[in-house]
Amino acid sequence: MSNPSALEHPTFKRVKAAFGSAKLQATEFRGQATLIVEPKDLHAIMKFLRDDEECQFNFLADVVGVDYLDYPSKMPGRFAVVYNLCAYSRDDRFFVRVYLDPSIPTEGIEEDPALFVDSVCDLWNSAEWPERELFDMFGIRFANHPDLRRIMLWKEYPAHPLRKDYPLRGRGERESYRVVDRTSS
Amino acid sequence: MGIEGAITTDNILTTQLKRVVNWSRRSSLWPMPFATACCGIELMSTASSRYDLARFGAEVMRFSPRQADLMIVAGRVSVKMLPVLQRIYEQMPEPKWVISMGACASTGGVFDSYATVQGVDQFIPVDVYVPGCPPRPEMLIEGVMAIQRHIDEEGMPPTGSDGRRVPLGITISPSHSVKPQPVGLGSS
Repeated sequence: MSNPSALEHPTFKRVKAAFGSAKLQATEFRGQATLIVEPKDLHAIMKFLRDDEECQFNFLADVVGVDYLDYPSKMPGRFAVVYNLCAYSRDDRFFVRVYLDPSIPTEGIEEDPALFVDSVCDLWNSAEWPERELFDMFGIRFANHPDLRRIMLWKEYPAHPLRKDYPLRGRGERESYRVVDRTSS
Repeated sequence: MGIEGAITTDNILTTQLKRVVNWSRRSSLWPMPFATACCGIELMSTASSRYDLARFGAEVMRFSPRQADLMIVAGRVSVKMLPVLQRIYEQMPEPKWVISMGACASTGGVFDSYATVQGVDQFIPVDVYVPGCPPRPEMLIEGVMAIQRHIDEEGMPPTGSDGRRVPLGITISPSHSVKPQPVGLGSS
């Protein structure tokens, strides 16, 4: 990552001091600060970012997913989960990233033990629906989530459609449905 | 006023029962607006004062399918919405008719994705296709009148030898040339 001396956001120093043993990476681009953490450290660091008196990130604006399949440059993992934090008291934004690599083929909907992240619903209630959306669209599961169901697609949907190896037009889900005619009505 | 002025009211008119029934059916074609997208706005415009679908007896929008004769599918239908569409269609009493309004309802339009139905005619019988994105109110009125003409002549919807509903399969083409709309109340 970039030269640590270029990192200006004060939150980096606070996290580094509190989590000296954790593997952390940081990047800053035009005032937008991003901290890259390991999945196992995520929940503790997020709790620190919320509760520390100099961080005070009291609002989780969004949780989004990224699939880096066939991405032009080398990325640390196939999937990324990005947490968009906000501190109202300082009008400050901060991003936390987690990279994940699947351990089984990604075509289906089987539960992949490598695609698990600790839920932050217990820290910010606003995480509940974005995490459900990530599960629905990318198949990334969240441990200790209160209600991890699909949020947009229906329960029986056989894929996670925002994965890049899923075809845009689907695999026949939109064609295979019962036909109503006069005899059946 | 009207026919009462020409004929005194104690006169008797004779006609075939079928014709009276067909006349009353086509004059009270109550639509069920299945409006899921921007075509629904044009559907509202069709029903309101400038285009005034009431002139053709089809202005009584029924939000209960049990009181409707004509389903107007106005907008894209997602696969998740399709069971709702089919349930509403099944709840409508016979004789019933379906208009597929606009490019999305007829073909999926620009929404060529895994979640969008590529034409509702794959899953329910569609009688009239009204093309456009969205169609102008004149086109939709033309679509309603195409069904009215069919009711006037035939009465019931056509069925095949196996008892299945045969869709009319009428496609509307523009019956008018588009002109600038009058704006405001100025005299110029």
